[in-house]
Amino acid sequence: MGQYVTEIKRGGAVAVDDTIQVKGCETRAGSRILEGFRPLFSAEAVERLERAGYGIAGKSAVGEFGLDLLGEFAHGGANLDASGALRGAAAELVAAGGVKGALCVDLNGTPRRAAALSGVDFLKPTYGTVSRYGVIPCACSGEQIGVTAKAAGEVWELLRVIAGHDPKDGTSLPTETYSYNDGKAVAGMRVGLVRELSAAASDAVQARVTDCAGRLRGLGATVDEISLPLSDAARTAWNLLLCAETCNNVSRYDGVKFGYRSPDYRNIDELYVNSRTEGLNFLTKAVILYGSDVLSKGRYFTCYDKALKVRRLVWEQVKALFKDYDALLCPACAETAYRPYDIKDAFKTVFAESLFTAIPNLTGLPAMVSGGVQFFADTLQEGTLLNLAEALEGGSAK
Amino acid sequence: MRYEAVIGLETHVELATQSKIFCSCGGHSTKGEPNTRVCPACAGMPGMLPVTNRRVVELAMRAGILLHCDISRYTTFDKKSYYYPDLPCAYQITQWFHPVCRNGSLEVTTKDGTRTIGIKQIHMEEDAGKLVHDDWTETTLVDFNRTSVPLIEIVSKPDFRTADEVMAYLEKLKTMFRFANISECEEGAMRCDVNISIRPEGTEELGVRTEIKNMSSLSSIRRAIQYETARHLDAVERGTETLVQETRRWDDVKGRTFSMRNKETAADYRYFPDPNLMPILIGEDWIQRVRDTMPASVEEKTAEYQSKGLSEKEIASLTSERSLCDLFDAVTALGREPKDAASWILTECGGLLRKHGQVMGELQIAPGKLSRIMEKVSGNEINRAAGRKVLEAVLYEDAEPDAYCEAHNLSAQGDTDAVRQVVLKVLDSTPNAVRDYLGGKKKAFQALFGGCMKELKGNGDPQVIRALLEEELSKRS
Ligand SMILES: [Zn+2]
Repeated sequence: MGQYVTEIKRGGAVAVDDTIQVKGCETRAGSRILEGFRPLFSAEAVERLERAGYGIAGKSAVGEFGLDLLGEFAHGGANLDASGALRGAAAELVAAGGVKGALCVDLNGTPRRAAALSGVDFLKPTYGTVSRYGVIPCACSGEQIGVTAKAAGEVWELLRVIAGHDPKDGTSLPTETYSYNDGKAVAGMRVGLVRELSAAASDAVQARVTDCAGRLRGLGATVDEISLPLSDAARTAWNLLLCAETCNNVSRYDGVKFGYRSPDYRNIDELYVNSRTEGLNFLTKAVILYGSDVLSKGRYFTCYDKALKVRRLVWEQVKALFKDYDALLCPACAETAYRPYDIKDAFKTVFAESLFTAIPNLTGLPAMVSGGVQFFADTLQEGTLLNLAEALEGGSAK
Repeated sequence: MRYEAVIGLETHVELATQSKIFCSCGGHSTKGEPNTRVCPACAGMPGMLPVTNRRVVELAMRAGILLHCDISRYTTFDKKSYYYPDLPCAYQITQWFHPVCRNGSLEVTTKDGTRTIGIKQIHMEEDAGKLVHDDWTETTLVDFNRTSVPLIEIVSKPDFRTADEVMAYLEKLKTMFRFANISECEEGAMRCDVNISIRPEGTEELGVRTEIKNMSSLSSIRRAIQYETARHLDAVERGTETLVQETRRWDDVKGRTFSMRNKETAADYRYFPDPNLMPILIGEDWIQRVRDTMPASVEEKTAEYQSKGLSEKEIASLTSERSLCDLFDAVTALGREPKDAASWILTECGGLLRKHGQVMGELQIAPGKLSRIMEKVSGNEINRAAGRKVLEAVLYEDAEPDAYCEAHNLSAQGDTDAVRQVVLKVLDSTPNAVRDYLGGKKKAFQALFGGCMKELKGNGDPQVIRALLEEELSKRS
């Protein structure tokens, strides 16, 4: 965790992912290219926490731009050790009890996956409810700040502090159009278990999902197996959009104004090329190449534009399910533990795992991980997700 | 065989907004020391998000209405990616898929008659920064004052046939945009890319097209068109070279165009919709509001001023600048007579501006101050010459009319006619001193001067008194 502590007036200490800016505190987003970058301003979510009396404990570790599985490819040290334990990531800090909670950017499911592996909660709220002002941008159309905490009650407490309209973010929902409601009670709740996602996970994870379904039935909910045929297409579409938008957003890191600059250049072209060659890791470069390709002249309509159409179809398919179900249940990742692996395999590995996490990023719907499983809910139904988590934890969230 | 030129224009116009297009920094790229009009957003710092300045959309709609365009009901901003040191994010926010206006036209008149030029579209975009090359230290510096200054780009159809038509079109755009407060169209605030090809007269098929990028002075544009047309003709008729579709650069000193390196032009800009900027939905009511608040056109103002009894010449002068019409309207709204207002603005203010080496467009005066000066003159508080003096002080020393008159005794006492009366009275009442002075005793002048000062209770302007004394004494010698 970075050396940064603000005064705690009341509330407690909260960690902030290194993809979220804290004024004056080095923010590298896990990348060499941002070495030494000290932001001129804090993220809106950080400001809201500080105003509410919470202290910022420091930066929690992320992989380069949060593009990897669990932070295993952070510059200057992996966050995943040989035994499969997370090191320095928000979920680990929360699990260890060092902080009350953490703010994490959910770009491609990383904080959900980490929460499932560490046995803590993570809620990615509805897109537009928490300002993205101050987030190191990658895929602006679907990335969202969420809350990692030990229990649903703490998630709820922190979420209410950071959520709300922000005029500095053009996609922030106008305050008058939303308020988090109490959500559905678990007794009588209708839950759909997503067949395609559950079937794609390991036996151990499937057993966890089945066990959760059983417990929910015991609490008075009905659980039916349902089908979401576009799950696979949703993953492809989200990864395509993510690569395209990330390629565009990280193109500003050129070694000219801030961050890492290669010492080895004779002209502006070499300054750009060498700084980026040395400053970005293999996974980011793969994302840039892929994103650059799908945006190129010949490919825009067959790739990028098609992904936008898939986004709408997935949205319609999921919204249709929410006519009959209050929440969807599925795994957050395929395995119960991960080991370090070669960065050359990272693009493929992340793509494979994002099957479980892509839908909420693609559609903007809220998602929550608790007890090692994942729930999706309809727009602004965070209350329902928290009720589920709270019931499974046996506590009281609100 | 006779050939004709086929010319299309892309005209970039800087909009006259108080702030930039996606942040709250001040607009007007030409003002301010380098890098003083810049914030984290327009400097491209990560974490900042663009928020659309609605005024930009309204001015683009205003331009669309003037050019008879269809205003889009759904318009979006897109990102255009390329690397250049003056582009802090390495992408420019522009409109590629759904521009704000389409399908317009503008009539242009030259000595050969009037023709209609089609407008393909108008779109909004942000400007890039400026690179300043310092030959002395052999470095290149970046000035971000201009980044994110709002522009509209007006894309014409390839409907021009001559450089004269292009000139007439640009002059007309300039006048219309200035008059409608869309742009101040200052030097450099209007830049053009020109597309040129030639074809045998009477045929439809287009020849090889070249584009000359980024010219801002009218004379360069004219010369570049003439040069490039001649180059195409030579190539086609005499086979001097093989034309290729390419982007060229105009060198004003050498008086010719040059091919730009392929590297700079063969870019794939990888356009895609900017997810941070929601599509803008333009409803009928918004369009109507923009129509309703549109400043009157030159034609409307002319008719209005005719009804107020102004002469053709006065009307032509006032309507040459929107700011003059605004001043005239404000002064008459304060109760001043229209003829009188026109005369004060055009004759008195105009005369002073000329004296100070300025042009009418640079006139800046609070309507209330001008009105007050006119009121004092028409109410005989001061004469017209004194009024002119006050006006000069108001224009160049930012004086307050009443305070200035008081401080300089330009009230009844300060007025030269009143001072003259005092001078005559003193001369008549002290004949001995007058005789001594005329007899060569120059010291007697001090006594006469003191007498006048005493009479004016010390409020007189010494220079005025001295001048009038000398004048009146010389009449008596
Ligand atoms: Zn700015």
